Amino acid sequence: MSPGTRTKIAVLGVLLLVLLLVPILLPSAFHLRVAALVWINATAALGLALLMGQAGQVSLGHAGFMGIGAYATALGPKHLGLDPLASMALGTLAAGLLALLVGRPILRLKGHYLAVATLGLGILVHLVIVSEVPITGGPDGIQVPRLEFLGWRLVGPELWYGITGTVLLLAAWLALNLEDSATGRALRALHDSEIAASVVGVDVARHKLVVFVIAAVYAAIAGGLFALFNRFVTPDVAGFLRSIELVTMVVIGGMGSIAGAIVGAALLTVLPQALTLFHEYEHAVLGFLIILFMVFLRQGIVPGLAGLLARRRLA
Amino acid sequence: MSLLEARGVSIAFGGLRALDAVGFSVDPGEVLAIIGPNGAGKTTLFNIVSGLYRPHAGEVRLAGEEVTGLPPHELAARGLARTFQNLQIFFRMSALENVMVGRHLKERRRLWAELLGLPSVLRENRESREKARELLDFVGLAERAEDPASALPYGALKRLEIARALACAPKVLMLDEPAAGCNPVETEEIDRLIVAIARKGIAVVLVEHDMKLVMRISDRVLVLEQGRALTEGTPQSVRSDPRVIEAYLGRHGLEAAHAA
Repeated sequence: MSPGTRTKIAVLGVLLLVLLLVPILLPSAFHLRVAALVWINATAALGLALLMGQAGQVSLGHAGFMGIGAYATALGPKHLGLDPLASMALGTLAAGLLALLVGRPILRLKGHYLAVATLGLGILVHLVIVSEVPITGGPDGIQVPRLEFLGWRLVGPELWYGITGTVLLLAAWLALNLEDSATGRALRALHDSEIAASVVGVDVARHKLVVFVIAAVYAAIAGGLFALFNRFVTPDVAGFLRSIELVTMVVIGGMGSIAGAIVGAALLTVLPQALTLFHEYEHAVLGFLIILFMVFLRQGIVPGLAGLLARRRLA
Repeated sequence: MSLLEARGVSIAFGGLRALDAVGFSVDPGEVLAIIGPNGAGKTTLFNIVSGLYRPHAGEVRLAGEEVTGLPPHELAARGLARTFQNLQIFFRMSALENVMVGRHLKERRRLWAELLGLPSVLRENRESREKARELLDFVGLAERAEDPASALPYGALKRLEIARALACAPKVLMLDEPAAGCNPVETEEIDRLIVAIARKGIAVVLVEHDMKLVMRISDRVLVLEQGRALTEGTPQSVRSDPRVIEAYLGRHGLEAAHAA
């Protein structure tokens, strides 16, 4: 068995186990809702992990794509009379196309310049959502109709836990497959040396574009799921803070690690809920914890702990 | 017609003529060394031929076709591979994976199949892994295959780059100072490696400062000085050429050489 296949089985196995255990250990509606949020955020973070961790290209506007997915799901039924699920599919397609269109010019930029360009893209999407009040409902947000499937109304935290968990499992499976393929190797190669990647035949510009589109599609799907699950979206879903949160999830979990993105998403979704017992100091404690994590597990939680374990085994 | 041919290649950087109508050609199985003092334009010539810079004048032909200014990944597809003077290693990957990336053009890379992890992709992964292992074995790094590239010593990284370039199954291999920074033992290993590569029928072009290595393994030597071709010939004829000695050692060197 190849190392890639081993990682795949380990990550998917642990994820499946967690997905099955959570409802048994924490069966309350509140916990299931938080868990569903974790699976949604993790799906978006996974896409960003492919872009940032594998290919080394930053996006500070990734919530913009989440916003497109979420608002398409909300607006399609309202203005076009479309089914919410079809609207979500259209929104995902739109996010992918936007990434394809915008990606070509901005992915020529590197480092800080790329960061600022993607930041601008995110702010633009947010601005459109906030200011087009007659269409989007503006800053007040907008209601999302209930999803119906073959006459069944899809409601209840258990059901949404199952749907979001299944999507995450699929998203992780696809990402792990990509990691263990020629394209995945090319992405990691251009992260380290674009010149060396290009002289062995990697079309660097094309590969960056491909992973940017994949990351946008992941975010849009997460956004659409969020809209359907929450039944209400506000412009915050596409906001700058969301984009930063997504980047933090990837970095704190461990750049370049698929499992790390999921762990990071879980941490950043659950911690604010758990820290409410600190009342008004909640954000200060969260910030302090993030700093601690970065100081002591510089490579991120998953690669950092894996390294510690390996060293302990050697010692 | 030679396999790789550069003619009248010129380039200037901000008014400084880095190369002035330089040319060379190389045939399958031949080793051509490009030498010259620092700043003579050796690496610049390399970068033009391998598609990193576009020349202001002149042309490059590969297997009879004009390839001047084509991007590196297209040159790779046509059979040109190279290594770098300052190592360009994929440090986050294992030694084996570094070489597997070299097989990029041999792999089919259909995104859907890759996302779904279809059996054809897994089979291709396996093939690439086996080929990469063979190449690591060829350069003497078989036992370091699974190590992260960042854990390998300098001399091993030089050979890793050669293995990665060979994974492209090139017709022409360009080596930019393959022995720079290597100790005598490592240099000898690289020396043997280059001879073995040429014996496979690959045309080798190298830039190198280690004169002993150049004289031992080259079929022909091209000497550059200040962006111009000073002379070209067999290692013996170049070594005794007074202009070459002067370029390297200055007038005193020439006199000393005469005295000796």
